[in-house]
Amino acid sequence: MAKTVLHKAATRGHADHGWLDSHHTFSFANYYNPERMQFGALRVLNDDIVAGGRGFDAHPHDNMEIISIPLEGALEHKDNLGNTVITKAGEIQVMSTGTGVFHSEYNANTDIPAEFLQIWLFPNQLNVTPRYDQVTVDINNRPNQLQQLISPDPNGKGTWLYQNAWFHMGRFDKGGETTYEIKKQGNGVYFFVIKGKFIINGQELDNRDGYGVEDTSQFTIVSQEEDAQLLVIDVPIFS
Amino acid sequence: MEPTQLRILAVGRNAEIMTVMHRLLNAPDNWTGITVTADEAARAAFEKEAFDIVLICAGVSTEEEAVLTAYFKQHSPAVIVKRHYGGGSGLLKNEILYALENR
Repeated sequence: MAKTVLHKAATRGHADHGWLDSHHTFSFANYYNPERMQFGALRVLNDDIVAGGRGFDAHPHDNMEIISIPLEGALEHKDNLGNTVITKAGEIQVMSTGTGVFHSEYNANTDIPAEFLQIWLFPNQLNVTPRYDQVTVDINNRPNQLQQLISPDPNGKGTWLYQNAWFHMGRFDKGGETTYEIKKQGNGVYFFVIKGKFIINGQELDNRDGYGVEDTSQFTIVSQEEDAQLLVIDVPIFS
Repeated sequence: MEPTQLRILAVGRNAEIMTVMHRLLNAPDNWTGITVTADEAARAAFEKEAFDIVLICAGVSTEEEAVLTAYFKQHSPAVIVKRHYGGGSGLLKNEILYALENR
């Protein structure tokens, strides 16, 4: 019997700081809900909009795998590893923060907001040497398919991180259908609707809904809208 | 229920991050804390005063964490010893509130 958790978009934590409008699927910063602490190794899923020219000053991170997925606009990232990079929609950024890294993140444009997902996973190794990576992902030319963004394999498609986790993303036409098979026995899968509506193994999901499923190895994904987008996060389950 | 003036000790190896942690631990009205980078300094601090929570931060290995946890628990069985993840404000408050609720 599958164990599921449905996080409707409207039930997420919300913080409006003026320059930053953030929705938290899981407890984060001043949003605390003991029922929303994690989905296995997935600890943070923030849906952020940063005003033009604004952003996060230099701040530290450690022992977390941090994935940033710009959806609209672009982010300028600077870190003490020597990276100064602009990441735009269609690119994915991964930081293994390990023993510690300081970075800043700003909206690279002054006139339009930057919209992005920031996702944190617990690592499967503590205190690794920090690393930064960025890859380009083109989901537009492969409709109705899931494209691998991240895996644990440094030689795998996309980029990699220190966790037995896989990220896939896809853009779908209305009625577009695909299947997803879990990548590691014992993992769970967290679906996040970036745009549109989907039905996944019979569960209806709207824009920005999240749906976690354990004890199921195969999923049927059907898009209910044109130009719908889905993120699939396959992670080890623990509490 | 959050006790007033929760006292927190944080031990981690990254001195720059521990400086930030010190500021974060002393920002809320109902927490105060100190940070150290060496296990010996952590033990010395623990002998000097009572702490409600010890946060184990980046750079401390799981073996070192086990030794420290055994030491802290031996001297104060009620103390909460918890691994801190993230290195900053994102998870800190949540980790502390959750640990207090589930102690």
